[in-house]
Amino acid sequence: MLCLLAALCMTPAPALGHAFPEHSDPRVGATIAASPERVRIWFDSDIEPLFSSLMVHDASGRMVDKGDSRVNPSNAALLEVSVPKLAPGAYRVIWSVVARDGHRTNGDYTFVIK
Amino acid sequence: MKRRPGSSATALTWCALGLVFMIILLLPVSSWAHGFAGKRFFPTTFQVDDPFISDEFSVLIDRIKGPDAKTTEIDIDYSKRILPNFGLEFHEAYVHLKNDDGSTANGWDNLGIGAKWQFLTNAEHETILSIGTDFDIGGTGAHQIADSFTTISPAFFFGKGLGDLPESVKYLRPFAVTGVVGPNFPTRSGNASIDPDTGQTVVERNPTTLTWAFSVQYSLMYLQSFVKDIGLGAPFNRMILVTEFPMETCMSADCKGKITGTVNPGVVWAGKFTEFGIAAQIPVNSRSGRAVGVLGLIHLYIDDLFPKSIGAPIFH
Repeated sequence: MLCLLAALCMTPAPALGHAFPEHSDPRVGATIAASPERVRIWFDSDIEPLFSSLMVHDASGRMVDKGDSRVNPSNAALLEVSVPKLAPGAYRVIWSVVARDGHRTNGDYTFVIK
Repeated sequence: MKRRPGSSATALTWCALGLVFMIILLLPVSSWAHGFAGKRFFPTTFQVDDPFISDEFSVLIDRIKGPDAKTTEIDIDYSKRILPNFGLEFHEAYVHLKNDDGSTANGWDNLGIGAKWQFLTNAEHETILSIGTDFDIGGTGAHQIADSFTTISPAFFFGKGLGDLPESVKYLRPFAVTGVVGPNFPTRSGNASIDPDTGQTVVERNPTTLTWAFSVQYSLMYLQSFVKDIGLGAPFNRMILVTEFPMETCMSADCKGKITGTVNPGVVWAGKFTEFGIAAQIPVNSRSGRAVGVLGLIHLYIDDLFPKSIGAPIFH
């Protein structure tokens, strides 16, 4: 029974249910050496393009991304937005998504460019 | 005129329920996913009731050596949203008792039916507040296991995530607390029986008790997704460390002032459709048990499995 439960825990989940971030680039809480070209978040299920958004704010709360937030056409679980060359400092990534089952989740995280 | 025991508590509870229904119908409705307040996901825990309403199904296995017998209990719970912020809960349990003298008793406990109103969900402060009432319906279970009288339990439920803490203490943000507090009123103050030795009537009192239970949680999911990606992979990136403190204080009769309860350190893993959990059950005193027990949880998110049918509120 324990082996079965462990196997279930390790198995990738099907693309339904609440969408929760799996990993991101830049990584959550990371300090990076140079400005990224884009910010990307991979979710654990497909998300609805029309109702999902991604923004990047600087430390003063000003939006600094290029406004082209989109779900990647080749990967319905990848949300991304382009950014210009960002100056050193702290940045906040703000995301809001709706999964294919209609449930909304949202969140944010920070990264630092040194 | 002598008042029936528990009648004033019953009337008060019905009045409170009626008021709650009126307010629910007047409030604007909104739809929250199960157990979410902003970024915070509150998992279902073992013995501390959820602060939120939901469409969920749970099986909890509970084994502990109590003060008088070794108990194995299988608890079955089903929660159903009627409105986006109001739901019903149904509870049943199969109990196996093995007494110290070797005798055993098995059977179903009383059916429990509850109503809960989630009246506040604050995303910014990761807070959920609810009130509700549970009825343990006397006489619906096996006579050797269950009480013959009904117990009414109004309660206040809360959940608070610490995601609004400042950046300087960001590693505390994955913490959350949940809890429930409320009295338990038996509808009969005592059970009369005839002592076979003396032939005299003996009355066993049914005390009023106070439930005060809370959990402290540290979410590795929250840490990875919102604070710092420390490189946790599956299954750890979906785990939440939980320690529960389900306590009860006897408020009347011979046991007045005495506390029973356990400390339950454990972990839950929250998947997309299911949740699994395991915890130890450590008695806080001899009244609560004689050895460490165990809790095992299997939980289904019906709203994620069937979002457009039985997993949706009946009235939107």
